[in-house]
Amino acid sequence: MDSSLLSVAYLAAAILFIQSLGGLSNQETARRGNWFGIVGMALAIGATAAHPRVEALTLVIGAVVVGGAIGAVMAARVAMTAMPQLVAILHSFVGLAAVLVGISTFMAPGEALEGSAHVVHQVEIWLGVAIGSITFTGSVVAWAKLRGSLSGTPLLLPARHLLNLVVTTTALGLVVPFLHAEPELGLTLLLAMTVLTGLLGIHLVAAIGGADMPVVVSLLNSYSGWAAAAAGFMLSNDLLIVTGALVGSSGAILSYIMCEAMNRSIWNVVFGGFGTDSGKVSKGGGDVQGDVTSADVDEVSELVAHAKSIIVVPGYGMAVARAQHLVHEFANSLQGRGVTVRYAIHPVAGRLPGHMNVLLAEAGVPYDVVMEMEEINDDFPDTDLVLVIGANDIVNPGAQTDESSPIFGMPVLEAWKSGTVVVFKRSMGSGYAGVQNPLFFHDNTRMFFGDAKDSMQGLVARL
Amino acid sequence: MRIGVPREIRQGERRVAATPDTVKRLIKLGFEVAVEAGAGEAAALSDSLYTQAGAQIVEGPDAVWSGTDVVLKVNPPVPQTDGGHEVDRLGQGQLLACLFMPGQNEEVLARAAERGATIVAMDQVPRISRAQKMDVLSSMANIAGYRAVLEAAWHYGGFFGGQMTAAGRTRPAQVLVIGAGVAGLAAIAAARGLGAEVRAFDVRLAAADQCQSLGASFLELDLPIAEGEGSGGYAKVVSDEFLASEHRLFAAQAPDVDIIITTALIPGRRAPLLITDAMIRTMAPGSVIVDLAAEQGGNCEGTVAGEATDVHGVTLLGYTDMTSRLATHASQFFANNLVNMLSHMGGAGEWAVDFDDEVVRKSTVCHEGQVTWPPPPDPKPVAPPAALQESDPVEVVPAREPIELGAHVVKLLGVLGLVAIGTWAPSDFVQHFTVFVLACFVGWQVIWSVKPALHTPLMSVTNAISGIIIVGGMLQAASGTLSVAAIIGAVAILVASINIFGGFLVTQRMLQMFRRREG
Repeated sequence: MDSSLLSVAYLAAAILFIQSLGGLSNQETARRGNWFGIVGMALAIGATAAHPRVEALTLVIGAVVVGGAIGAVMAARVAMTAMPQLVAILHSFVGLAAVLVGISTFMAPGEALEGSAHVVHQVEIWLGVAIGSITFTGSVVAWAKLRGSLSGTPLLLPARHLLNLVVTTTALGLVVPFLHAEPELGLTLLLAMTVLTGLLGIHLVAAIGGADMPVVVSLLNSYSGWAAAAAGFMLSNDLLIVTGALVGSSGAILSYIMCEAMNRSIWNVVFGGFGTDSGKVSKGGGDVQGDVTSADVDEVSELVAHAKSIIVVPGYGMAVARAQHLVHEFANSLQGRGVTVRYAIHPVAGRLPGHMNVLLAEAGVPYDVVMEMEEINDDFPDTDLVLVIGANDIVNPGAQTDESSPIFGMPVLEAWKSGTVVVFKRSMGSGYAGVQNPLFFHDNTRMFFGDAKDSMQGLVARL
Repeated sequence: MRIGVPREIRQGERRVAATPDTVKRLIKLGFEVAVEAGAGEAAALSDSLYTQAGAQIVEGPDAVWSGTDVVLKVNPPVPQTDGGHEVDRLGQGQLLACLFMPGQNEEVLARAAERGATIVAMDQVPRISRAQKMDVLSSMANIAGYRAVLEAAWHYGGFFGGQMTAAGRTRPAQVLVIGAGVAGLAAIAAARGLGAEVRAFDVRLAAADQCQSLGASFLELDLPIAEGEGSGGYAKVVSDEFLASEHRLFAAQAPDVDIIITTALIPGRRAPLLITDAMIRTMAPGSVIVDLAAEQGGNCEGTVAGEATDVHGVTLLGYTDMTSRLATHASQFFANNLVNMLSHMGGAGEWAVDFDDEVVRKSTVCHEGQVTWPPPPDPKPVAPPAALQESDPVEVVPAREPIELGAHVVKLLGVLGLVAIGTWAPSDFVQHFTVFVLACFVGWQVIWSVKPALHTPLMSVTNAISGIIIVGGMLQAASGTLSVAAIIGAVAILVASINIFGGFLVTQRMLQMFRRREG
């Protein structure tokens, strides 16, 4: 295929990708958006297959068939609660692919380059491999932490910031001899750098607590985009650059949204925040004391029976207990009696941005009763009953009132403004932030202790 | 452990210290419950309801007092009709929980201590937030305030809410509530509910918001108030000047209102006299005053505790049994307070009279033969050191400047970077760079429009499209020769296709789940 035609095909694919992301602006157009993405990808691969450099497709087809089969099985089998793990491991594949493409490009360059063009190309390879390597190992660690194969507690080596700095400067410094190195020395340098940045990726993510994994996954999403973009630079391929930039921006925005929702800066998340200075954390809000009023299933069903409007505030605890289907069943039968039941989703509920929405959708909850925080926060004062299921920090009134609290300033769902709040909870343990929740001690709060699923089962049986 | 619930023998008492609901809760806490026959009758709770709840019905007071570890009552022990005294029924180690008012019952208290009994005086529960669920004074005051309005309405010869009918129109009743504690606030809410116009007064300015939130207007004195708030939510004794101002206010209000409800109490003292005989004279005949402080001497000149009297054509109600007049719900609240106390003390399983616990210590008035009332005073709160206050403003100074400087530095570096690229980089690179920067901006715009609810599908779709790196692998792997580079390229294709297929398929799967409400 002639190269102008190829460029036009890539342009069309890039537009389709943009359309694909744009389609996600609401649920009606989202499915069409996904199809745009699929068509764009097919077009891009088809056009590349017609590239003059592509001579034999056997190897390509073989690899696509195997990879595609693995991907299809993963997509079909994954439980919705395990989405964060899937997303994380897919990031790592992008990182790995970027590393492989970079090394392969170095070993078999397409055309010889001279002068500054050569230097720029070498730097592009270097950066592409470096970002890819960090993304790869970092995502693997994030995946392991999310799965629970690695403990969620942050690994805090002594002088870890210094360690990061030394590794980073060494990795960047090695580029100088690499620029004009003979192929063999060059390869050695490149591989050494890959290993170094790989270790850096492991160390960076290992130092971050399990509770911050959603931000880290968003951040790695961004990195995977930048890795693709860097690969685009080294291959002089605009489609890769555009796609990488789109994905990179997407991850950056998601990370920003998550940080905003926790009232923390990205530096605070990446370079140590919660769980790193435990003395400080337990101090904040520590003066909250008092007695909680607990309620049993009869009392809660009594409250439910008298409520005309109910808001459910789900947290990841609900998903862990696999209670979402029962919650939906419960809400359905209440709706049948003319009770308004809605769901309030905090941006950081769940283990991934938007995770809670997917879990509720899986349980069959229609998306038009699932509200964002901004949409529903003003409605709490007019609500009779709020059911907080497996959530804690996101309904902590201390975030608005207690300046000593580590989560002070974090936007929260103002559940306490409603008539009565029932908190479904296993025990009196504090949330991820390690902060005591004054909501539990409010007069209009009832603690409904026990496994969320059993509790819900009891309520459904009494309806 | 066994709990006994006797029938109240005090004249006019209709409440009972346990209801069928609380019997169930007590049994859940591991207690056995014996209820004297007829105990709940006056509160419309029949013996059979108690039996259904799992209580044992026993005949006569002997059976309920002897052989039980804990006795739950409403009133303090009183003399019996047969000449005996309830306090003499207490045995060694037996616990009695009830309203006790140790200040007025010192003799009974001494006798109970002599007998080796433990008394938990529910009226002594400290007024701290974690003890609220055991606070009978609050729960009973709420009822008394509500009932006070109903009694006033019953004796008042007019509508509370204004009427506009063919037969004529009336203006809404004007109600003045003095003292906006729990009882006062309940009275405001009840009077507002009947349609009256309510004004309220309290020496604590903090009460103004609470009154206004219930729809009452808040009256203010003609002098700057900086006093009045005592500890534990009660008002404290105030200065003469303050009292004179208060007096002027009530004198001005009296001719203008139809109903006055007074709820002013000062702990451990006679209730303050707020409404004088002269003020009553200025009120319209047919007006009603409800003096909820009657038992503590009354807020109103001429109040007779327990009686309704006529003073200059104004009905003056000094009922002291307001809560008994709402016996069913009063019993329910009181009994719940008692269960919460027993649960706080550990229930039957971990039962303990723990003097290290502030609530238990303060409400236990005698224990193991000793009178333990009044409890030792609280340690005084330590004043914050002056140095701390001085250093406070330092923290308020925002550290803005370095941040802005940092932003400028970033901008400057950005401009310098662009100049550097323009000067040295090959034109090929500049072209790609242009595409890259523009794509970042497009991405930024497009992604912000994505609904937060679809952020997970967004991530999986970006997973899929970042599989576009497959193109790089293809260019390397398809050269026709089976070099190392080609094999590496093939591996890249393999992992990238996992992303493409996995990402798109899982996105599709998720998006299928999002459904609108049917119909």
